[in-house]
Parts: sequence; C-alpha cells; structure tokens
Amino acid sequence: MAARGPAGTRGGSTRFAQFKLVLLGESAVGKSSLVLRFVKDQFDDFRESTIGAAFLTQTISLDDNTTVKFEIWDTAGQERYKSLAPMYYRNANCAVVVYDITQASSLDKAKQWVKELQRQANENIIIALAGNKLDLVTSHPDKRAIQTADAEAYAREAGLLFFETSAKTSENVRELFTSIAKKLPLDQAGPRNPRAGGRGGVELRSETPGTNANGPCAC
Amino acid sequence: MDEIAPEYDVVVLGTGLTECVLSGVLSVKGKKVLHIDRNDHYGGEAASVNIEALFKKYGNYNKGEEPWKKYGRVNDWNIDLVPKLLMSSGELTNILVSTDVTRYLEFRQVAGSYVQQYSGAKAAVAKVPSDAGEALRSSLMGIFEKRRMKSFIEWIGTFNEEDSASHKGLNINTCTMKDVYDKFGLETGTRDFIGHAMALYQTDDYLTEKGRAPEAIERIRLYGNSVSRYGKSPYIYPLYGLGELPQGFARLSAIYGGTYMLNTNIDEIIYEGSKAVGIKATMQDRGGEEPMKFTTKAKKILADPSYFPGKVQVTGHVLKAICILNHPLAGTDNSDSCQLIIPQSQVGRNHDIYIAVVSSAHSVCPKGYYIAIVSTIAETTANHHLELAPGFERLGKIEEKFMGPPIPLYEPLESGVNDNIFISKSYDATSHFETTTDDVKDIYRRAEGHELVVEGLREGTNLVGDDN
Ligand SMILES: Cc1cc2nc3c(=O)[nH]c(=O)nc-3n(C[C@H](O)[C@H](O)[C@H](O)COP(=O)(O)OP(=O)(O)OC[C@H]3O[C@@H](n4cnc5c(N)ncnc54)[C@H](O)[C@@H]3O)c2cc1C
Ligand SMILES: Nc1nc2c(ncn2[C@@H]2O[C@H](COP(=O)(O)OP(=O)(O)OP(=O)(O)O)[C@@H](O)[C@H]2O)c(=O)[nH]1
Ligand SMILES: [Mg+2]
Repeated sequence: MAARGPAGTRGGSTRFAQFKLVLLGESAVGKSSLVLRFVKDQFDDFRESTIGAAFLTQTISLDDNTTVKFEIWDTAGQERYKSLAPMYYRNANCAVVVYDITQASSLDKAKQWVKELQRQANENIIIALAGNKLDLVTSHPDKRAIQTADAEAYAREAGLLFFETSAKTSENVRELFTSIAKKLPLDQAGPRNPRAGGRGGVELRSETPGTNANGPCAC
Repeated sequence: MDEIAPEYDVVVLGTGLTECVLSGVLSVKGKKVLHIDRNDHYGGEAASVNIEALFKKYGNYNKGEEPWKKYGRVNDWNIDLVPKLLMSSGELTNILVSTDVTRYLEFRQVAGSYVQQYSGAKAAVAKVPSDAGEALRSSLMGIFEKRRMKSFIEWIGTFNEEDSASHKGLNINTCTMKDVYDKFGLETGTRDFIGHAMALYQTDDYLTEKGRAPEAIERIRLYGNSVSRYGKSPYIYPLYGLGELPQGFARLSAIYGGTYMLNTNIDEIIYEGSKAVGIKATMQDRGGEEPMKFTTKAKKILADPSYFPGKVQVTGHVLKAICILNHPLAGTDNSDSCQLIIPQSQVGRNHDIYIAVVSSAHSVCPKGYYIAIVSTIAETTANHHLELAPGFERLGKIEEKFMGPPIPLYEPLESGVNDNIFISKSYDATSHFETTTDDVKDIYRRAEGHELVVEGLREGTNLVGDDN
C-alpha cells in the first residue's frame, strides 16, 4: 500500500503528499457521484448504490511544485446498518460529509456523522461539509429544503469547510477538494503515522514463479 | 433505512476471518450476501481488542479499579485474541493478493523465528536459520550435521511427488517421514527442529504415520518459500492487528453489494423439512431507535460454531495466555516481533508450546510494550498454568497476564449438505492461517459444489471506475 500522510519533499523543491479521504453521508446523497466527478470528470444520472469501486485515487496540483494525492475511500454501504468497520476511519486525514440540499433529513444525518468523526477519527482530521445536488435548486428553487445560511452557520460552529456542490454540473466539486488539500498539513515533518512505508514494511504481490530455483530454503 | 431484501443467496453468521473471506469471495462471484454478527464489532473470535476491553473480557482486576489506565491510550492497543501469524507464501496471502484486499492493509515482517533447545536451566533459544550464512553460524547443528541438513534441504527443493526419480528410492506414498530422515541420516535434534520449527507440526505423530511424507515435505517447502520471500522469518503481520483481516474482507464483500449488520441477534432459523431456508433476526440498540425485527429467506446459511452449539462437537482445548511485557524476549536479538517454538520433546510434553510476540512496530501497542501470547493444546484437565510454564519462563518479567479457562475447539458434526447450514471450525492452535484457509476452501466446496479457485478472483469482474 502506498505511503500515507505528508511525505515531505521529493526531488528538491517539489512537495508531494498523500492523504486518506473518507466519504460519509446518507444513502443517495451523491457521495459516489462527487468522487466520480472529481476523479473521472463523469456523471451518471442512474447510478446504482455503490458497487464495485470504493477505492479511488486522484492527484491535484496546488501550485507548480506542490502535489497532493487523495486516496479516497467510499463507504461501500457498510454504514447503512451502523456496521462501518474501524478500518474505514483509521488514519483518515480528511473526510467529506455529504447531504442532499433537497432532503431535510440528510443534514441531520450529516451532523451525526460529523459527531461520530469527531469522536472516533484522529483529532486533526479535516472535515468538509458538502450540500450536494445544487443543480436541482437552480432550476427549481422551491425544491430547496436546506437554506445555505443555516448549513453554513452550522459548519462554522463545528469548524468544517463548507460548499454547496453539484456532481451533475461539477459546480464547486474541484473547489471542495482543493480547499481540503490546502488545509492539510503539507509541511509537517515526516509521516504522521507508521503506515508510511518505513522499516520492515512489505509489499504483497503475486509471487513470480522461479524465484526459488535453488530450492525452497537458503539454509 | 433501506429495506432488507426478502431473499439472499447466502446469509453469513459471525464476522470471524473464515466467514469474512467467504462472504468476500461469494460477493465477488455475484452472490447476494447478508452478513450478520451478534457482536457490535467485526472479527468474532478473531478480533483484536483494546486493553480496556481485554481487562473486561478476562475480569482480572478488582471492582472499582481501572488497571488499563496505566497503559496509555486504550485505543493504541490492538490485542489479538487468536495468536497467529501469516505465512508470507501461504494461501491467505494468495487470497489477499488475488482479491486486492491488500490495498486496505499494510504488512510488516515478523523479525525472527526461534526455537528452544533443552529445558530448565540449560534452556537455550536459537534462531531458525533464514539463509545460508545463518545456517553456517547456527548453534542448532554440528558441522557434519549441517552438511546432511544441506543435502536434505536441496532434495526438498527438487522433490516432485509425481516423479518417482526424485524420491530417493523411497516409496513416498507409503513410507513414513522417519524413513525419509533415516535416508539422510539426520540426528534426532535436527528432526525435531525440522518437524516442529519448519514443518510446524505440534506433535510427533507425523513421524511414524505412513503416507504423510509428501505432506511434511510440502510444509517444509512452504516454510522455505515463505522465508525466502522477504527474508528474516516466514511470517508477516498486519499493522493494527489480525482484526484488520476480517474487516478488509468484509469491505470487499460490501463493495460487491454485501449487506452488513452488526449487533444483530438471530431469533430463529426457519426450516422447511430438514433444510434451513431463512432467518428471523433483531437488530439491537440503534441509537435510541427501536430494535428492528426482520425475516428473510436464505438459500444457504454459513456460520461460525457459536451460532449452532447443537450442531458442533468439541475436538480439543487450547490453552492461551496473553501477556503484556515491557521488554523483548531474551535470546531473540531484541527482535520487535518473533515466534518462539518450544518443541514438546524438549519439555516432556506431547504438544509444542508456541509464543508469538508483536509490538509497537506493528501498531498494536504503545512504544516500549510487547504483546506475547503463549499457547498450546491442553494435555491435562487441571494444571493449565503449569502446562504453559515453560513458555512463561521465556518471557522474563510479565506486566500483565490474561488467561481464561481452556478454549474449546469446535468442528461441525455435518457437512451442511443436508440442512443447508455450513459451519466453520474454530481457530486452531497452529501458528498460522493455513488451516483457516483450508476450512474456507472446504466450506466453499461443501456449499457451492465446486472448488474455490484463488487465482484471479477479481479479474474479469467489471469494476466501474476502479483505481486509476
Ligand atoms: C461455539 C461456542 C459455543 C458456546 N456455547 C455457549 C453456551 O452454550 N453457553 C454459554 O454460556 N456460553 C457459550 N459460549 C460462550 C463462551 O463460554 C464464552 O466465550 C466465554 O464465556 C467467554 O465470554 P466473554 O463474555 O468473556 O467473551 P465475549 O467476548 O463476550 O464472547 C466471546 C465469544 O463468544 C460468543 N458468546 C458469548 N456468549 C455466548 C453464548 N451464550 N452462546 C454462544 N456464544 C456466545 C460471543 O458472541 C463471542 O463470539 C460459547 C462460545 C462458543 C465459541
Ligand atoms: N441532480 C443531481 N443528482 C445527483 C447529484 N449527485 C448524485 N446525484 C444522483 O443521486 C443518486 C445517488 O447518487 P450516488 O452518488 O449513488 O449516492 P451515494 O451517496 O453514493 O449513495 P450510496 O452509495 O447508496 O450511499 C444518483 O441517481 C445520482 O445520479 C447531483 O449533484 N445532482
Ligand atoms: Mg455510493
């Protein structure tokens, strides 16, 4: 597995850091759609509940010599019956908590997730709140169930980054991830957690046949 | 809250490693899986717990005390309940690679594999050599014996069960492993060390049972291949403890549509005639919400033994003591982790004693601590502490010791073909997961009617927007 956390400088003045980002929020608010837009610049009107892909990576350049790579974990639906594994939160550097601005209950759910993150995840985690499906209210303002000002006030109070987004039109999607990247501790010296490569780590790959031509044991 | 489907291809009970590997594999193969655990955490008997949970599980403190408080942050501890390590060329590693579950985990080598010679005051700890240089320096054999050992190991490398020319004139399928050792003129001490520290047999039964030579050779080969994969020792270990393994496979299952419900009790198994066809269950404590009762059909039920106490038998008992140390084991070159085997013959027993040590290098405890688990198969009905005593002697000063009653090992009474209920075995006393993956394959064969092919499990599955 790739290194996590700030990896310091690489090759003179170029900075490269990798961070784990987790997504949370009620089902169907558009978590996977936001990732798909960010990573592949695609959108699908008839997306099924997440199946198959729940782990993607995307790199963004903050400036000429600063690159941030996100290792993005989607929940894969394990949260639906409160059965998310601790592995999911473990070492998450940042989280995007998503709600649907046309569904009032989805913000309550988002608030619960923020609480849960503040209780369970690492204390320096950067959390962004994303009110998704902005396109729906652009054409039909009466569909809006959550006022921007209300969500914004909550986000400020809880210390969260805040954006209203549309995975469909891509409005604010890049901005959301870029602002997270800017808040991440790029300058922190050395990796924050021991997962970042280091002594004794092993990379598991399929075994290439023929590496043991001299018998099974070297002794 | 989504509705629970009226029918699943497979309902899996218990989130131990065996069950999670199976639901991961079945989900990848397109089966609709509902996976339930009565506990509020993943892992069942194969979980890793924090130090407060460990104290509470064993109850070895006085009411009102909070002994875990002197051990730093409780969540810095991930203590395995089952003492096992992964063989780096073993089948669990193959399954992890072929399912890509490796991307959720990070592994470290276990620094060394050691074996005890002699006992009492004379007891000495020696490293099982991991390369030619170590073998030459090893105190385990004299100079002439080293040569005999070398030719034995070379023969193991060229041995081919199908090709009788490589059998040294032995009738390999009917001879005993003792016959094989005799052929090479190996000394008793060397046989002990090969059979127990390399082939990882816990008793000497394999020596004299006819027809077991190919199996023994295969085990020695697995050991050698595992050592040569990364060096140092044949073992690797996941950061944050073995409890990460079931979680990784559960995530794989969920990614392929598996539904997960912890904290859920099975109220009833629904039968039609002799066959199980569904379950009634209740999901508990939903943060102030009412418990949720539901019924669903299941074409098959997979479960760990604890869900069907009437359908399993006890095949033996494991003795286990989890010990917290603040120093490495003497004689292990200050290794941050190791396996130490005390062969039965050295301490007058019938079963080996195993010690598995991991430490902060594996993110299972704060810096400066070591977690050592001493285990063996029970041979008496009363003197359990005494049975493990040779192991405790190797540990030096022990900060905390957690030891419960003997742990029963369960095995299903039936294959599951008649009642649609496919039950796994308990995690046995071996030091690795080879018997666990054997059980996974056995259950898969019983339940699906064909062999599980591990290679290329995720190939050909269409992953929408996979890693780029
Ligand atoms: C195959 C199997 C059958 C068991 N049958 C019984 C039994 O008939 N009567 C009994 O009192 N205890 C039974 N137990 C529980 C066993 O005695 C406990 O593991 C032991 O008491 C330690 O409990 P704990 O609270 O320290 O551990 P915990 O961590 O609470 O439990 C250890 C494991 O045992 C399971 N378990 C706990 N209580 C029971 C139970 N009543 N029935 C089945 N599983 C349970 C848990 O879900 C968990 O997987 C069984 C356990 C297993 C694995
Ligand atoms: N109009 C509009 N629809 C969206 C937007 N984002 C997602 N959707 C739609 O909302 C539905 C759910 O989106 P997903 O991305 O699958 O939601 P999710 O949060 O990942 O859902 P789960 O995987 O079930 O937890 C799909 O039909 C999407 O097409 C958006 O910004 N605008
Ligand atoms: Mg999704």
